[in-house]
Amino acid sequence: MKLIILNDYDQASEWAAKYIRNKILQFIPGPNKYFTLGLPTGSTPLGCYKKLIEYYKNGDLSFQYVKTFNMDEYVGLPRDHPESYHSFMWNNFFKHIDIKAENTHILDGNTADLEAECDSFEKKITAAGGIQLFVGGIGPDGHIAFNEPGSSLVSRTRVKTLAKDTIMANARFFDGDLSKVPTMALTVGVGTVMDAKEVMILITGAHKAFALYKAIEEGVNHMWTVSAFQQHPQTIFVCDEDATLELRVKTVKYFKGMMHVHNKLVESPPSEPKKN
Amino acid sequence: MPLLQAMEQACGDIQVTAIHAWFRHARGYFPGAQREKTLLAMSMRSCGQTPTDGGIHEPTEDLWVREGRILDPEKLFFDEQGYADKHVDCEGSIIAPGFIDVQINGGYGIDFSQASEDVSDGVSFVAKKILEHGVTSFCPTLVTSPPEVYHKVLPQVTVHDGGPHGAGVLGFHLEGPFISAEKKGAHPEKYLRTFKSGGLEHLMEVYGSLDDVAIVTLAPELPGSQSVVRELSQRGITVSLGHSAADLSQAEEAVQQGASFITHLFNAMLPFHHRDPGIVGLLTSDRIPAGRAVYYGMIADGIHTNPAALRIAHRAHPSGLVLVTDAITAMGLPPGRHTLGQQVIEIQGLHAYVAGTKTLSGSIATMDMCVRHFKQASGCSVQEALEAASLHPAQLLGISPKKGKLDYGSDADLVLLDEGLNVKATYISGEEVWRKGQ
Repeated sequence: MKLIILNDYDQASEWAAKYIRNKILQFIPGPNKYFTLGLPTGSTPLGCYKKLIEYYKNGDLSFQYVKTFNMDEYVGLPRDHPESYHSFMWNNFFKHIDIKAENTHILDGNTADLEAECDSFEKKITAAGGIQLFVGGIGPDGHIAFNEPGSSLVSRTRVKTLAKDTIMANARFFDGDLSKVPTMALTVGVGTVMDAKEVMILITGAHKAFALYKAIEEGVNHMWTVSAFQQHPQTIFVCDEDATLELRVKTVKYFKGMMHVHNKLVESPPSEPKKN
Repeated sequence: MPLLQAMEQACGDIQVTAIHAWFRHARGYFPGAQREKTLLAMSMRSCGQTPTDGGIHEPTEDLWVREGRILDPEKLFFDEQGYADKHVDCEGSIIAPGFIDVQINGGYGIDFSQASEDVSDGVSFVAKKILEHGVTSFCPTLVTSPPEVYHKVLPQVTVHDGGPHGAGVLGFHLEGPFISAEKKGAHPEKYLRTFKSGGLEHLMEVYGSLDDVAIVTLAPELPGSQSVVRELSQRGITVSLGHSAADLSQAEEAVQQGASFITHLFNAMLPFHHRDPGIVGLLTSDRIPAGRAVYYGMIADGIHTNPAALRIAHRAHPSGLVLVTDAITAMGLPPGRHTLGQQVIEIQGLHAYVAGTKTLSGSIATMDMCVRHFKQASGCSVQEALEAASLHPAQLLGISPKKGKLDYGSDADLVLLDEGLNVKATYISGEEVWRKGQ
């Protein structure tokens, strides 16, 4: 695991965005070689998305040959509802960049056969050659996507009933009215994310500190599903100071001491020498 | 079985979504092939601001247009996996719904009230010129005239859409002849009329036809007006009160019967009096039927109304304010003498008088001038100023949200403005019909 600790939310967002940018550029995607990216929703990745949009607008990054797979979507919420994850991705990311609609994949929570939708999503990931980099967040209860406490650590894409914690955390997007929050969702499984070549988890804010502690300083435990990534060969946790509040000083010092090495991963790519 | 029969049977088995995949496949293999119009979408990039119900859009928001209407790009993206075929860089301009002028008597030497053989050409000429002012739809207005003029002019112009040829015609505005002699303003007295018994029939005799009429201005104190107001309203014609000496209760009675507009507020009506506010009192009347609104035209040229009076009206009833030009023949022409209806008028600077008098004869301000002056005089926001020239007249005529708004599905009649609200380009049904400097 690489634990990347930045001073604040903005710096963490920028580091993560630069990392994603560099990964895509180094991959050199093309019409026969798409870069597959797993994407999250929620307030944590907003800063990262803004930065990625900035890099696109500056001409430093193109999403023409990038395929995206979102982690989850509510069940039963109309696709054009302002709080659906389709709306979130459109408004906060897709509409600002040059990604093609057919290269984006978000689970459809309004199909008649939800299980078939989940299976088909898994097949699409396989057909795309697997995920190069899966970006995710963490819930206050340590969940990744909607894999609530108790979810199998080898689970696949499926329908999940949301935990009370999650519904309460989401209520702020539904006018604070608990009754308006959807109770079920389609989500990629812990196993699905584990299949990715690389996993990057964004964690910012003091309210996530305990979950981060449980995820990286305690054992692998299905009550804190993010802990599963301790067993993934390529995991990066990107966080701000506040999210480290529950960690041991020793852990924080160790990883802060490595920042000069880790920062090489986000250096601006060398510009092409001008051809005559 | 026969091939055709087999094909027909098979059609029922093919899902519509399968065809979408075929389109994408075909587009990939035949990129030069003609795209169907339905697949053509245009995004207008880098818009400065777009007024919406919720306020002004983010500066980086794009406006999407397809088949002449505003398109929901999210639906395009997810439902059709589509994207823009064409991008237009708006260079940070403000995008507003095209302006709608519901009172304009002519311009550039054309007088709509002249009974000539080529009225249609005249209307078309003005329609093309006013694109430069951001006007995308208008109501050609006829002042008080003898029946011969109405019988000759009305049949020559029909309601029609705008386009590169000019702004769309929403219907005539017939200002008179059923108005008050006392408040005739610049209208010729000898052609004024009252309602003889049989109200609407008499009106039909005078006008000849109401087929392409959008608005009728009349004085409600004229005996017999009630049934006329009611019957016109029932036909979908907007009834406006103006050139009238009516008191408030007469005006309110007319509103109850269906009247919904006031022609150039303050001008050609009794002045506001604190014990009888007259027609002006409609702005704050509590006898307007539920679910209905009264709109009022304002000539915001800095001449017809003192800015303080403009502010009083605006503050009393901001959502009812409709900017009109009441532009006359001389609009767009140099100073001098010109004809309006059956009279001669004289231009002095920005003023237009009945020749030989100090009676105002209509204005020569353009709609964009009125928008700028209104904003400056009232201190209102950019959004309010633009709504007074687009949303409110559309609501008055009952054509909102198709016109006057930039909702998904609204007609893509647009005006691009700079920060100072000067017109940079005008679009009708998504097509650029005028651009500054060309």
